[in-house]
Order: sequence, then C-alpha cells, then structure tokens
Amino acid sequence: MLEAIDAKSTDELYAEMIPDRLLLNREMRLPEPFPDELGLKRHVAGILAKNKTTEEYISFLGGGCWQHYIPKVCEVIQSRSEFLTAYAGGVYSDQGRYQANFEFQSLICELLGMEVSGLPTYDWGAAAGNSIRMASRLTGRNEIIVPKNMSPARLSILRNFCGSVDPNGGIKITLVAYEDETGRVDLGDLESKLGEEIACVYFENPNYLGVIESEGAKISELAHAYGAESVVGVDPISLGVLASPAEYGADIACGEAQPLGVSMYAGGGSCGFIASRDEERYVAEYPLRLLSIAPTSVEGEYGFGQALYSRTSYMAREKAKDWVGTTTVLWGITAAVYMSLLGPMGMKELGETILEKSHYAAEILDDIPGAFVPYRGFFKEFPVVFSKSAEEVNKQLLEHGIFGGNPLTDYPELGQSALYCVTEMHSLEMIERLEAALREVLA
Amino acid sequence: MKIREYHAPRWNEPIIHELGTPGERGFIPPRSEPEIKKRVGQGSKLVPESMKRKEKPDLPEISQAQVLRHYLRLSQMTLGMELDIDLGVGTCTMKYSPKINEELAGMIKDIHPMQPEETIQGLLELAYKFGDVFLREISGMDAFTFQPPGGSAGCYNNALIMRKYHADRGEAHRDEVITTIYSHPCDAATPATAGYKVITLYPDPETGLPDTEALKEAVGPRTAGCFITNPEDIGIFNKNIDEWTGIIHDAGGLCSYDQANANALLGVTRAREAGFDMLFFNLHKTFSSPHGSSGPGSAAVGVIEELEEYLPVPVIIKKDGGYVLDYDRPKSIGKIRDFMGNLPVVVRSYAWCISLGAKGLRTAAEISMLNNQYLVEKVRKIRGVTLTYPAKRVDQARWSLEQMKQETGVGIADVNRRVVDYGIQSYFMSHHPWLIPEPFTPEPAETYSKADIDYWCAVLEKISEEAYTDPELVKSAPHNSSIHKVDWDGFNDPDRWAMSWRAHRRKQR
Repeated sequence: MLEAIDAKSTDELYAEMIPDRLLLNREMRLPEPFPDELGLKRHVAGILAKNKTTEEYISFLGGGCWQHYIPKVCEVIQSRSEFLTAYAGGVYSDQGRYQANFEFQSLICELLGMEVSGLPTYDWGAAAGNSIRMASRLTGRNEIIVPKNMSPARLSILRNFCGSVDPNGGIKITLVAYEDETGRVDLGDLESKLGEEIACVYFENPNYLGVIESEGAKISELAHAYGAESVVGVDPISLGVLASPAEYGADIACGEAQPLGVSMYAGGGSCGFIASRDEERYVAEYPLRLLSIAPTSVEGEYGFGQALYSRTSYMAREKAKDWVGTTTVLWGITAAVYMSLLGPMGMKELGETILEKSHYAAEILDDIPGAFVPYRGFFKEFPVVFSKSAEEVNKQLLEHGIFGGNPLTDYPELGQSALYCVTEMHSLEMIERLEAALREVLA
Repeated sequence: MKIREYHAPRWNEPIIHELGTPGERGFIPPRSEPEIKKRVGQGSKLVPESMKRKEKPDLPEISQAQVLRHYLRLSQMTLGMELDIDLGVGTCTMKYSPKINEELAGMIKDIHPMQPEETIQGLLELAYKFGDVFLREISGMDAFTFQPPGGSAGCYNNALIMRKYHADRGEAHRDEVITTIYSHPCDAATPATAGYKVITLYPDPETGLPDTEALKEAVGPRTAGCFITNPEDIGIFNKNIDEWTGIIHDAGGLCSYDQANANALLGVTRAREAGFDMLFFNLHKTFSSPHGSSGPGSAAVGVIEELEEYLPVPVIIKKDGGYVLDYDRPKSIGKIRDFMGNLPVVVRSYAWCISLGAKGLRTAAEISMLNNQYLVEKVRKIRGVTLTYPAKRVDQARWSLEQMKQETGVGIADVNRRVVDYGIQSYFMSHHPWLIPEPFTPEPAETYSKADIDYWCAVLEKISEEAYTDPELVKSAPHNSSIHKVDWDGFNDPDRWAMSWRAHRRKQR
C-alpha cells in the first residue's frame, strides 16, 4: 500500500501532517497485551468474576434502575448484528432500523397517550432536563417547580441542565414539599409557589419514594391555571394499570424505558424518552431526532425520515434546541420488541403482579418489630424505616445473600430508611427470605 | 473489478400495529402466588381510583413467533456495519468490534448500579484501570471519568466543568467560547446549552487550514475557552494546535479537545502535548464498542490534575487495596448521568485495548491513516469528484461532488441512494453547513482491507460512469433497496408529518 501511494513509511506520512514537537515519538507504556481470544477472555472474565450479581443475590434495589424479567426475544433482537452495529446510515440502507425506531415512538406513545416521541435519549434525567428546557422555551418563562420526592440524582442532573453562564439565561428551580403522611406532592405548597413566572411543574409518577401521585390531574390543573406546562416523568412499566400521563393533563411526558426489556448493565441500560401532543409548537422545541413515516414512490410502501431536522444541533449548531448525539437507540429497539410482546394484556397483568407482590412485601415487612412502612398506594417501590441505620441493615442482609434497598440518605425526615423495590422477579419465597433475614437483623 | 449483483431484502413489512388479532399474546408475565393474592387482593384494586387506567393502551396483540419474525425482517432490511464495507460513514469510525467482547460485556448485565461496592470490585477495577493505565497514557491527561453517556454528552460535561471552574474563580463574566466551523456540531451546541455565546472561526478559504490570526482576534477578557475537533471533520490536522491552546490560555481560558475520532492518532500524538486541559474520546468510535444503531455509547472524559476535582460524581478511586465510588467531592459539577455511566461500553473498550497493547494500538492508527492515503489516491481519480483543499488528510477526507452535479445533475443525495444498490452503506452526508458543496466524508478505519477499499472505490467509479452516461439511473435510485425513493415533502409539514402510528392514522383519515 505504501508503494501504491509512493510513500516510504507511515512515520514519514505522519511527519507531513503533524509537527515533530507534537509527535509522541516513543512507544506508549501500556500493559502486555492478550492477543489471542482465549487469553483475552480469561483475563477480562477473571476480573469481572470478582463481581456478584442479582442472579446470585436477591436484590431489592431500584431507584431508577430496576430488575425485571427480560423476555428472550428481546435479547435475540438486540444482539442482531444489523441493529448492534448500524449507526448513521440512511433510510435506503437501514430501512429496518428506521421502522423499528418509528415503532418504538409509536408504542411508547400508546402507553403515554401521546402522539409525538423521538429517538430515545440517555436516561430519565436527560429526558427530564430536555423536557423542562422545552417548557421554558415554550412559555418564555425561566422558573420551574419540581417536587422534593423526585430522584436526587435526577435533580442533580436537572440543576446542570437549568444552570447557565448567562445570568439571565438560567432556569430557577423551586422545590415543592411532599406530604409526610402520604408521600405525595403537597398541593397546598404547590399552589403557594405557583405564579405567572413558572414555566412548568415537573413531577414523577410513581415518584422516587414509589408512591403513585393520585392527584396528578389536580397538579396539572394547577399548573395550567397559571399558564404553566405540566411535565410528568413516568416508569412506563406501570402504564398497563396506571392512567397515562395524557389522561391527567400532562403536556410533556418523559421517563425511563430501561424496565421495558433492557437489562440493568450496572446502570448502562438506561434509556430516556420524551413525548407530547402533536402540535407544531411542541415539535419545534424537541432536541431529539424525530422520525416521521412518509410515503415512497411506490403506492402502499412505508418510508421514514427526520421531521424538522433543522432544529437539531447536527444542522443548527449553537442555534439548535439544546443538543442531540449518540444516545441509546439499541435499547429503544429492545423496548419496542418488549411492548409488542406484552401487548395490552401483558402490560396489565404484569402491572397487577408487581402491585400485588410489592404490597405483600410491604405488609409483611411492616409487621416486623423495628421496621415500618410509612406509605401505601405505591407501585413497586416503598421506603422502609428501620430502628437502626439502613447501611448497617444492608451490611447484615448481605451476609444473608440479600441486597437491601437503597438507603434514603437524601431524606433525613424519613429517619433511618431505605427504598425497597419488589417486582415480578421476586417469588413468595424470596420475599419470605427477606422477611426472615430482617427479623434477625432487627432483633 | 467485478461489482456484485446485490438486492436488499424487501419484505414490505407492515407496521407492527397492523399485525396480529385481538386476543393474541406474545408473552405471559409471571403471576402472584395464591398466598400473596389472598393477603392483598387483586392488583388493580391497589391503584388509587383516580389513577386507574381507563382505556387499555392500543398496543398490538400478536404472538411471540410473529413478533420475532417481524423484527428479524426489520433487521434484515438494515445493512448495519458488519454486512458491508461501511467506510463511507465518516466522523463515525465504523470499525469492527470483536464478537468476544459482547460476551464479556454481557457478564455485567445483571448487576444493579447501587449494589454495595464490595460486590462490584471487578467492574470498578476494570473501569479504574482502563482510565488510569490506558487512557491516561494514550492522552497524557491526569484523570478520567466514564459518566458521559455519549460523545456530545462528553462535550457538554466539559462545558459544565468550564462553567464551574470560572465561576469558582470569580470569573463568571467569561461567557464566550470559541470553536471552528469544521469542529463537530456538538462543540458549538453543548456550550451553547450551558449558556455560552459561541464564536465560530472559519478557515482560510484557499487552504482550509484553521486561521490562527482569526483566533487571536476572537480572544479577549470574556473568553472562557475553546472546543476544538482535531483532526477537523474534513480530515485536516491543525499543525498549530499548541499555539492555539497557548493563545486561549494566555487569555485565561480552558481548552477542550474533541477526540471523538482519534483513531489515527493513537500512540502518535496526544492532547497533553497539544496543550489541552480536557478531552473526550468516544468509546463507541475510536475504542471499538459497537454503535448500537446510535447508542448506548460513552465518552471517556480526561482532564488535567487542576480540573480533577470538577469531574462528575461518582469518581472511582482506590482505597485500602480496593475500589470505591467517591461522592464526596465538593467542587464536582454533580451528576450528568444517573449511576455510573455506560459501563458495558467501557468493558468492551478495555478488552479491545488490552487485546492490542501499545504496539497494536499504534498499528491500528497507522493502518487507518494509511488506508485513508490510499483511498485518497483512488478517489482523486474518479470523474466528477474533487478534494476541496490540498492539505494531506489524516483519517478521513471531505470530498465534493459539485463538479459532477454541475456536469450531470447528479449530486451527493443521488449517489448516496445509488450506492445502496451495490450493497454499500449510504455515506454520511457530512454535518451542516455545507461549506464544501455536495460533500461526503469516507473514513476507512483499520478494519478495511486493501481489497475492501478497491471495491468501495470501484462502486463509486461505476456510479460516476452512470452519472455521466445515464444520469436518470442514478437520480431515480435506489432500485435494489428495501424501499423506493421516499417523499420528503411532508417532513416539515405539521399536517403530514407523523411521529407515531396513531398520529399517522389520524392524519390519513
């Protein structure tokens, strides 16, 4: 090849392009490689074998990443070479990918009661951040209200999205309290904080403490009374049994699609989404790539392409609506397969199973001396308040082969508490093992 | 060279909503044990009345076999990267990702990110070493994070660090950043999202080289820093890049290096010597994690020591012979992604690097650079194709079909449809604005053999011949694709666009 281009060496070619003072001119100091596949596999697998997984331990962890059953077909499709390795090709070479992406948008819209969605974004936090900025641009207002019972990590992400170098450009975040008794947004406090300067009220359903915001319609109504948008973040696996955000007045819905057939991957399974009504003013504010269906030159054939592409940072650079980039499209395709497999009946039955198992677990844990479950009316997660520190409880549970819930260190008002997550993955026996272990730990 | 006769699978596959019949099921979820139901009753009664779903979602009702068949067909109607010579998608580094690495990444699929640290020591060790041992040496930076879940997110992360750094020093008035027009769009869009005013520098119109005099004029007391891609997206390496970082530093700014596509630079030249304070590598490009139809990806962000305390939390640190997640970092920008980022991507990239070592990484870089020189010599000879600036290109080159368009009416959009007829992935059409008209940007990563490049060029040459002899053939393409020419008119029309099946049906009525 050097001959074909009439060059002597790669060094000589580099020297023509990069000045000598910038060349490394030495070999990098890196570990000895494992060039053969077997050696490589043994080396990497050897490191990773030091991990324990939720297959070996019974896990009650949730808080934004959840263990659900992954139907085998989801794994088969997501590991297809074509979907796994495609990227930025066009619709004529990658028609199937475009259609699968369009179907993700269509299916998530059915769960949410919305008509527009786009390719997924990084995670729920990024989806919420983009949604809030959309609301701010839509209303021309730069203050928002978010609840204290939202995910603390997500709130940290939102603070970054809302900050600005420009002293007049940032979005001010006001926290609304939640009720001690129910764990739900305090409507009185919300009303006192609302005003004509508020761009949106953002809330989560179920909220971070697991509780279903049963007054969602009232929250949306209050927001609308002040000309603010209602932005709701949801866990879509609840939507076979819970009302869609559209049903209680959400203008923009967002959330986390990881529960829909994507493994946890130590948090690498996150997949955020955004959806809204099909109104031009909303569509114009999306940062995401929005795939639209379209006719082709052959009657009855479906084609796809990007709607209002000029909004995106690929085209508008610094004038774009936020930015867009490589996100989590493979997980979106996986979620489309999941929603297709479950259908309306599967989503309903799964939601019922989760509700039953989580409430059963809450009831029997609540009976344990030294444990107290403060809320009812949750979906799959609930805080448990302990008579000793949640970290200490978890340490001892680990010896019983159990990952206890996330300590709720950001909620000192809940005392020594942890957030427990129970899903269809937990058999009666697993829940009973937790109960027995906790009785011992708390005795 | 013999050009293959190719035809893409054409299944005329309906939208999933059009399939199935009421009552069909694809998956039966587990149900609660009788003891559980006895104690708490029917699940639907546990939902507060006001929040009960009134109407069931209009999801398809369809058997498992049919769901599988449907999505298999869609996968067949996707060329992806592994089935073809995917070197036309520049700025994306479409390299082969070894299959064994999928299995290794799968080893962490059942880990919850909030598990006790002592149960994820292997994962923390691997991520720590990848940053500490590999990426620090490859880049010359001092500390790494894998929190940003994509390249643009990495760039945004660096804009947040820049914002906090200046604010902490009482210099919040620094509200301008500088980039170049041939830097990736994220270098402009993400600082703008963080609130910065963006100054975009244009190159010398004759040479395409970044204009140092323009930079000197642009800096001032309001300069917060720069966001620069190098080699730029047209493939030209800025030889004065260290002078650029010096100018920014003299003005009191920080320098962020976009090394998303650093493929031809591994072991050759580094951010440290170029004077940068921060960089990001796209692990799904340069470091061989598959692109996943556009994610999950990961940006490895590296910073100099002075900026380490600003990294997003948690940071993996070594402690008492093990690894812990450090959240107690008062100056941190906080969180930009939930949990620990996209760690399966990090597992694959670690495996790729340790399979190659120092020599192997350098060889990969050399081959990708050499491949591009070879490609340049071949494409240069194809009728109607021109290279706009004379400078030698590193890993990719931005070409123009302007001449072909003027002479035949066939432009890049037409050629891009026609290549699919020969089993070649559509080219990346280049980011806007199109300062170089009718552009395309092939990037022949080390994956591609000489024969691959010869074939790819033979296809382009054939299409060029067609353009000059039978332009209609190209303009009416594709002919052998899964679909025919899409009607683009509706994509900017609110009455016709439809981002969901339900919107489509409403608008069809």
